Amino acid sequence: MSSIFESQFRASATKLTADLRHRSLIRKALKGYEKSRDEKKARFQDWEAARQAAAETKWEAINHLDKYLSEFADNLARRGTKVFWASTAEEARNYILNLAREKQAKTIIKSKTMTSEEIHLNEVLAKAGYEVVESDLGEFIVQLRDEAPYHLVFPAMHLTRNEISHLFHEKLGSPETDNPEELTMTVRRDMRIRYCKADIGISGANFAVAETGMIAITENEGNARLTTSLPKIHVALLGIEKVLPKLSDLALFLPMLATVGTGQQLTCYNSMIGGPRQPGETDGPEEFHVILLDNRRTHLLADAEQRDALHCIRCGACLNVCPIFRNVGGQTYGTTYQGPIGSVITPHLRGLRDWKHLSFASSLCGACTEACPVKIDLHHHLLQNRRNAVVLGTGKLDRIAFRGFAFLVNHPGVFGVAVKAGRLVQRLHRLIASSKIDPLRAWTASREAPVIAKESFRQYWKSRHK
Amino acid sequence: MTISLFIPCFIDQLFPSVGISVVRILEKLGHKVDFDESLVCCGQPAFNTGCWNEARDVAIRVVDGLKNAEVVVIPSGSCGAMIRVFYPEIFKGHPKQEAALSLAHKIYEFSEFLVDRLGVVDLGSRFPAKVTFHNGCHGLRELRLKQQPRQLLRQVKELTLVEMDDQTSCCGFGGTFAVKFPMISTAMGEAKCASALETGADFLVSNDSSCLMHLQGLLSRKKEKLKSIHLAEILASF
Repeated sequence: MSSIFESQFRASATKLTADLRHRSLIRKALKGYEKSRDEKKARFQDWEAARQAAAETKWEAINHLDKYLSEFADNLARRGTKVFWASTAEEARNYILNLAREKQAKTIIKSKTMTSEEIHLNEVLAKAGYEVVESDLGEFIVQLRDEAPYHLVFPAMHLTRNEISHLFHEKLGSPETDNPEELTMTVRRDMRIRYCKADIGISGANFAVAETGMIAITENEGNARLTTSLPKIHVALLGIEKVLPKLSDLALFLPMLATVGTGQQLTCYNSMIGGPRQPGETDGPEEFHVILLDNRRTHLLADAEQRDALHCIRCGACLNVCPIFRNVGGQTYGTTYQGPIGSVITPHLRGLRDWKHLSFASSLCGACTEACPVKIDLHHHLLQNRRNAVVLGTGKLDRIAFRGFAFLVNHPGVFGVAVKAGRLVQRLHRLIASSKIDPLRAWTASREAPVIAKESFRQYWKSRHK
Repeated sequence: MTISLFIPCFIDQLFPSVGISVVRILEKLGHKVDFDESLVCCGQPAFNTGCWNEARDVAIRVVDGLKNAEVVVIPSGSCGAMIRVFYPEIFKGHPKQEAALSLAHKIYEFSEFLVDRLGVVDLGSRFPAKVTFHNGCHGLRELRLKQQPRQLLRQVKELTLVEMDDQTSCCGFGGTFAVKFPMISTAMGEAKCASALETGADFLVSNDSSCLMHLQGLLSRKKEKLKSIHLAEILASF
């Protein structure tokens, strides 16, 4: 039985794969990225060695998470940061809700954080009566459209300038334009006031440096810098897998993330935050809260086979090269994390029974594994999820079919008879091929069926060795 | 040397000329070809669908059947990857683990065998046509075969090789994926066909008949003139 999530995935995939405008839009959007990504990769002395080094650093961090996380938390607490360990999404949400209530906050500004999407923070805050604004341009656009981000790095990559102009005109009353600078200025004017008004700023973190107790945020718009410094209270929400052992690790990870994330050598702004305003300092938030979120990441940590999926730095490189992502689009997944990494980890975070279909919706081409800067064995993990789904007792029909198949190919005599029958059936099949009653319609609706040869290789071999 | 040939199930039944071409080429090079008719399939369809036990039931027969082979040649990067990369996975901790590993070490995809093992690139073939080459993903990323088929094609007389846009992107076949998610498989195939058609080639060549079965299915439905052909069939034109 397929889950509701699978039915939604299939319905949306059917729609998007037939949408040729979407297909060419995404292809075009990624062409420019591919070019600049490859140029920046070439600036590394040895990209493969860099990947290896990054994988080893993340391996060290993830396999000693207990040590590095407490080092990170202790260092933060020493400078007055309040660290909260959230086991579940609910605990994280409640912490933020209580804080907002306690501080009598009215408006909350956010910089881009996929972790907050994961815990559905905006919905909960809005329901509790708070005004929540996304300050990242792409996130702001999808917020105005009341939809989920399309891509974990480029939330609005599925929209054209014209569509964005219409949206701003309708929602913000700005004049129609296809000039990207004017569109950005519209948001900038709107946003500046909000930074000053906001009582709380919520950010994510790209990395958590254990050695110094700092979060590192990498961005291009400066919005994260304003979000984390203007409001009196800054809350950073991050998954426990974000940790890196040493400050010097950023020397590799910042350019690496920029290279494969956006095709830049470095992003325009890189901030490191190690605490609230210290005595004698003139600016910065009065309070700094760091929420370390588990939300079943430890479930993945317990799986030795797929633990390396926690190496993920959310760069989006695997999405960009994934032919499935490029054809079905990010919102079709119905997950916080789209593309190959989402297909791998969502069954661990939200249950294999409901999310196994994402692991089957792959041609296993391996482009993701090749693109991953921290060498996560992505496409092999999809195979393991498929195996785990079968072990779990789902896909009983597949299992029966393959038992029959195994019997058939292990008994060449029976196989021969089956093939003879197949030839006969194929002649009959031609009458109904690609029609509504064709049982092979999954193939023949778009493709001609191959023809069984008059003489098989086996028969050729036999006649030759008579 | 004596070369044991493994002919995958779909090549046996749907594309026998690929197997015949491989035999002709290996014999032309002076080798003895051996073929065990009782070996039908490597078990990959079951494996890829998550049915590892059923895949192993099929694989045991392959491991036993090829136990005494000197080298094994298979004209499919996909089935080759199953045996070299994934047999060691499904036989982990199994009594036949050693035998599976030993088979993994002596199996070669056809173009890999010619170029890397025999050191042959020129077979004296002649094929007057413009062709473009599609890498099957398993051959490309599991077996690291990218240049070998191209090295062979470049030596074919009167053949012009033109590369297509997005040459390493997947064709969308993916085994049972092609029928479990036909809409995605078809969209991927259409993009691949469009890139191949743009080159103006007469033939779309691959070292994997499974990709070609899918792509030819799409091309035929659209009544395109571009024809698919396996690398071995071109090389056997002498």
